Amino acid sequence: MSFQSAGYPLLPVLPELVLAVGAMLLLMLGAYRGQGTTRLITTLAVVLLAVTGVLVLSLPAGKHVTFGGSFIVDDFARFLKVLALIGSAATLILSSEFLSDPSRRIFEFSILVLLSTLGMMVLISAGDLIMLYLGLELMSLALYVVAASNRDNAKSTEAGLKYFVLGALSSGMLLYGASLIYGFTGTVAFTGIAAAAKTGDVGVVFGIVFLLAGLCFKVSAVPFHMWTPDVYEGAPTPVTAFFASAPKVAALAVFTRVTLTAFPGIVPQWQQIVVFVSIASMALGSFAAIGQKNIKRLMAYSSIGHMGFALVGLASGTVEGAQGVLIYIAIYVAMTLGSFAIILAMKRNGQAVENISDFAGLSRTNPLLAFFFAMLLFSLAGIPPLAGFFAKWYVFVAAIKAGLFTLAVIGVLTSVVGAFYYLSIIKVMYFDEPLPKLDPMRVELRTVLAVAGLFNIFFFVYPGPLVSVATAAAKSLF
Amino acid sequence: MITWPILSVVTFLPVIGALVIYLNRGEDEAARRNSRWIALWTTLVTFAISLILVWRFDPSSADFQFVEKTSWLATGITYHMGVDGISLPFVILTTALMPFCIIASWRSVTSRVREYMMAFLLLETLLVGTFSALDLVLFYLFFEGGLIPMFLIIGIWGGPRRVYASFKFFLYTLLGSVLMLLAIMALYWNAGTTDIPTLMHTAVPRGLQTWAWLAFFASFAVKMPMWPVHTWLPDAHVEAPTAGSVVLAAILLKLGGYGFLRFSLPMFPLASHDFAPLIFSLSVIAIIYTSLVALMQDDIKKLIAYSSVAHMGFVTMGIFAGTMQGVAGGVFQMVSHGIVSGALFLCVGIVYDRMHTREIAAYGGLVNRMPLYALVFMVFTMANVGLPGTSGFVGEFMTLLGTYKVSLPTAVIATLGVILSAAYALWLYRKVVFGALTKPSLASIKDLTFRECLTLFPLVALTILFGVYPKPVLDMSAASVQQLVNNYNTAVTAVKAAALLQ
Repeated sequence: MSFQSAGYPLLPVLPELVLAVGAMLLLMLGAYRGQGTTRLITTLAVVLLAVTGVLVLSLPAGKHVTFGGSFIVDDFARFLKVLALIGSAATLILSSEFLSDPSRRIFEFSILVLLSTLGMMVLISAGDLIMLYLGLELMSLALYVVAASNRDNAKSTEAGLKYFVLGALSSGMLLYGASLIYGFTGTVAFTGIAAAAKTGDVGVVFGIVFLLAGLCFKVSAVPFHMWTPDVYEGAPTPVTAFFASAPKVAALAVFTRVTLTAFPGIVPQWQQIVVFVSIASMALGSFAAIGQKNIKRLMAYSSIGHMGFALVGLASGTVEGAQGVLIYIAIYVAMTLGSFAIILAMKRNGQAVENISDFAGLSRTNPLLAFFFAMLLFSLAGIPPLAGFFAKWYVFVAAIKAGLFTLAVIGVLTSVVGAFYYLSIIKVMYFDEPLPKLDPMRVELRTVLAVAGLFNIFFFVYPGPLVSVATAAAKSLF
Repeated sequence: MITWPILSVVTFLPVIGALVIYLNRGEDEAARRNSRWIALWTTLVTFAISLILVWRFDPSSADFQFVEKTSWLATGITYHMGVDGISLPFVILTTALMPFCIIASWRSVTSRVREYMMAFLLLETLLVGTFSALDLVLFYLFFEGGLIPMFLIIGIWGGPRRVYASFKFFLYTLLGSVLMLLAIMALYWNAGTTDIPTLMHTAVPRGLQTWAWLAFFASFAVKMPMWPVHTWLPDAHVEAPTAGSVVLAAILLKLGGYGFLRFSLPMFPLASHDFAPLIFSLSVIAIIYTSLVALMQDDIKKLIAYSSVAHMGFVTMGIFAGTMQGVAGGVFQMVSHGIVSGALFLCVGIVYDRMHTREIAAYGGLVNRMPLYALVFMVFTMANVGLPGTSGFVGEFMTLLGTYKVSLPTAVIATLGVILSAAYALWLYRKVVFGALTKPSLASIKDLTFRECLTLFPLVALTILFGVYPKPVLDMSAASVQQLVNNYNTAVTAVKAAALLQ
């Protein structure tokens, strides 16, 4: 049942409208009142994200379609939007120290994050290729700018430029794929494509390849991952935290929605692509991370690997697979935000340190922090009973059901390789001789870490809610 | 009849103790003393409660008892706990040995005592949970979770090559286990549940049986450890602190055997039957080869570690013989080995605390200054050899008896292994204890203290008690073992009959 008939065609997009208008108002506020309002704008931006989240959740239940089918609000969209909003809000909270630096004070940062989040929400709800591109570009343009937001730093500028050039290339590929699909099916709507693409037409398959290449770039899956380590390392750490959380949610969401709703008739055609990308990402993410010395670069490879694991669920092309992807990304966001809260807290005498060796002996100088980080790392490695294990459980259980045994075996084997580098960090923290104490952790970092860390440790006690919400969300795609 | 979830209490009580230790802040001597006492009392209370399990356990029934079931992850994946005659001995073994581990670490662990005690208590929870979980996912949770505290125990409080040993231990075990995880998933889709009692009565297709058996084998063979995937064990043992070695040898190694008994035999009887020759070969190689390797060691702990691999060879051989004596002997051998090898590592720890070396060559003639120690060490050496009258004999004899009926060559070669085990154990004992006390460093070595007697004498008593009167353990497991063997033989005969008809 759609809401046009009820006379409220704009109701499904109400959260997006509120977010867009709110972002504009905050921009006005900053433009007229100057840089002194950075702190106020950041706070208001978090409030705005929270309000948007409440609106997303308070929309009437069920599936709503508007703008002639190009904007879909279903359980899937609700789940991922809330997740993206949480990711963005947490990033803003994490960046308050970065923004409060008087030499930097850029109020635009929060507004760019808001606009990027708006792009994510559009992307998550996209029901056709046009809306998909619109959301993707809105999200990415804001990301290019925030990557370079540390203007005076050569590395940050380089990261922004690199991301922009490669991102533009991937957008081009995506558009080319979209045009091929349009040309061969005669429509841009996902439902229309699904109806038209029943057979594995070569043109459509070509289109899928290019479309998925563009999306792989956004989720930083191999072989379109090259930008990730450089951008993660070069960008200011709060920006890296942002890159690793919310945009990944949105990109994975659209990846899932496009493959499952636009091409359900030709699963074998895109399944092989996803299987390849997934295996390559898991393998590269595990092996390339071993040699890293810089924690941010390591997190980049780790995120590449984790996207590979999430895609294992998608590769199965089933409800269980979609459910696995959703649970994976939710737990991944929690683990990532927690880890970045710790990375941001790595300061010695006011100077940020980013090498893994700087963690040496953390378990003695700051036992609680070390404990939380160790638990997050064990969780990233997928060791039970931590949340990361359940994330892997759901994607692999879907792959096993779909008969993708080779993929599953390679996947779990690479997870053992991955465990090695997570263990190496734990080794530095627990087994090595301590370095001088780190600076005390700021309260907002502590809050984010406590929430993410406790979720991660105690998820196994009561996994029911997340699992059932994810199940409902996955079912709404089929 | 049961009004409170006694099994969950036994499982999770140590975690409560760990929390109390965590809340008891401070780095001074008083805080350390408090941590030790809290840990000791927690393990003692846990042990006392676990004795209620023995008290109320009905050994005539083969069913799972003290069953608790609540919804958890999804339909078919529940929080399901319970023990039967096969798992109860291991639960008791765990809770009984933990206080000894705490006492053994009383003086020898001086740095980061709080964390050490917390790690041990956490480990106890995970081990008890592994033995009492009746759901595959829950089992896996406890099984793998145990890696975390053990990794930290070896890595933080271990010897000079602790980093290497802890990584090897962790990654080796994880590699085996992830394949089992995939098999668990396949079983889940086959039966729609991971409930162990249900799966035991669900027919698994032949093809899946083979693959699932191999996947479970990958995990349990590493854990056991069986030749050729045993190489992590000597490293882990040598580097681990004394109490860590005790837990490793006495309890962690039993997870593999327990897994074979709980999963491989009942769920994949046909594959178990098919692969029995493989297991026999590996067991025999383990018994002979690792005994020979043990003869060549110059580190006491390493020698005992290799002897553990050999003894576990008897267990796997007995289990896969699929006969009543073999399986019951396997269970008994594991319990006995838990006591004896744990005690041997405690004995090594005692001289290590005094001399800070484990080189066999650094010792000799200890009997002159440590008569009590020499006596205790002798009892455990004899039990390790399998001398009649000690618990080691009963297990080895029963497994050999059980195997004899199934595979004569295996039994014959394995019996030769007993001679080898006598060779290295007696050789070790002579080198360390007998002879003249000539080394100047040993001139002032002291005999057992009261605390050390407290840890060793109960184990001496148990070793001899179970050697002459093994009935309590055998009775406890008899009904469950009987049912396991019956089901196994029924399944195997049914297939053989079907093959004959064609």
